[in-house]
Amino acid sequence: MRKFFRTVFLVDLLKGLRVTFRYQHPKHICTEQYPAQRPRIGERYRGAPRLNTNPETGETLCIACNLCALACPENLIVVGSERNEQTRRKELTTFTYDTSRCMFCGLCEDACPVDALELTQDFEIATYSREGQIWDRQMLEEGPKPTPYEC
Amino acid sequence: MAEATFLDSTELVLNMGPQHPSPHGVRRVILKLDGEKVLGADCVIGYLHRGVEKIGENRTYQQFTPYVDRMDYVAAVSNGLGYCLAVEKLLNIEAPPRAQAVRVILTELNRIASHLVWLGTHALDIGALTPVFYCFREREEVLTVFENYCGARLTTHAFRIGGLQYELYDGFEEQVKAFCDMFLAKVDEYEELLTGNRIWIGRLKGVGILTAEECKAYGVTGPLLRAAGVKWDIRKAQPYSGYDQYEFDIPTGENGDTFDRYKVRLEEMRQSVRIIRQAVDRIPEGPIMGKVPKVIKPPVGEAYVSIEAPKGELGYFVVSDGSPQPYRVRVRPPSFINLQAVDKMVRGGLVADVVAVIGTIDIVLGEVDR
Repeated sequence: MRKFFRTVFLVDLLKGLRVTFRYQHPKHICTEQYPAQRPRIGERYRGAPRLNTNPETGETLCIACNLCALACPENLIVVGSERNEQTRRKELTTFTYDTSRCMFCGLCEDACPVDALELTQDFEIATYSREGQIWDRQMLEEGPKPTPYEC
Repeated sequence: MAEATFLDSTELVLNMGPQHPSPHGVRRVILKLDGEKVLGADCVIGYLHRGVEKIGENRTYQQFTPYVDRMDYVAAVSNGLGYCLAVEKLLNIEAPPRAQAVRVILTELNRIASHLVWLGTHALDIGALTPVFYCFREREEVLTVFENYCGARLTTHAFRIGGLQYELYDGFEEQVKAFCDMFLAKVDEYEELLTGNRIWIGRLKGVGILTAEECKAYGVTGPLLRAAGVKWDIRKAQPYSGYDQYEFDIPTGENGDTFDRYKVRLEEMRQSVRIIRQAVDRIPEGPIMGKVPKVIKPPVGEAYVSIEAPKGELGYFVVSDGSPQPYRVRVRPPSFINLQAVDKMVRGGLVADVVAVIGTIDIVLGEVDR
């Protein structure tokens, strides 16, 4: 009898609907309005790579040791260096980073002994061409410049 | 004598996929049908083959760690744990206790995330549109923990051989505890939405039955095996990463049908919360990285380690020839082996049940094809 009553009056379905209607209040909205509202990004987020420079002198921190290129599973980092005859030290000339093949595993960042190479919180690194995904030294030092969204 | 027409034939061969929304990936099922009735099914896989095992032979041991995340991308942390444990066994080292506790917390969180994806999409396949939004909302909380901890949400690369790379961030314990407190009520909500629902019961009860003997014969593991009534969980049977310190139950079903698997997975999420609560309360102090050489060159030999991934028994077999690169990496993916039972499960059922059966196995095609 009880079962018959429950079947006829759709008790099981109404129970489910109660949950649905409990979440109708606007305070339960959890959608992020992305371009207008910036997402919260973790402090350790592994995003666009950056080659750090000394903020005072503007010189690169990279010592051209090539450890990041060796650590990379995809071999996408190419470090160019030449030996300075006066100081007898290696100096960085070019640095190429192919973000189109990068999987942002962070192994290069871990390998860097001087914290020069870093994966930053920038995540807007889409480009219109494949060539644009191969970053040279200048791009790595300045970071990506996404077009800001007008709203 | 009249010519034979297509009306005379009673059997119809139908390709389901590769572009079909139900398998959550690319995979073809060739169905042999008699009207609505399924006479047999044959799975064609390989559409997502990336040669991960071969890539492993050309990378050093550390370099291969990010690739294992990309096999079962829904449960990347479990994959990373399995591979790291296998190489650690090869090197004959063990992660420090602190690292082990953190590993347990993160893998259990990942089990919850994986089961939430399964629950949402499985319900979506059956026709219940609501749960998927709620499931993904809660999964977001787990992914935030991952993002704060290691910097990535899906393909986490959270563990390294010998321990962990990252120290816990400030407020990790509080965030995980808050998630645990919030989550149990949400599981009850999913139950409220689905368990009593007559359509849900009608679609799942008695569909895709796999008995315990059949499960063992096919090598099926994970929730499918437990739903058939076998109390088998690698976490209990061969404890790894300190799972023997935690108290939890192995949920089992009785009938081995799709509905039982649903119940088992929901209960597993509750048990995961139980493990996380115990683990968070006693994370030991100490180092997070064991003594691992910069260039890993394990002695000649081989190691097999299997862990309880969300989808079943996930095994890693690593062979070393003494060089910095593995000689062979073989993965025993749970989805691939569970998928073999599809034919057995759908035979004699209806076409609509095929979708339910594929959903209940919880396959990830990245893992099936590797």
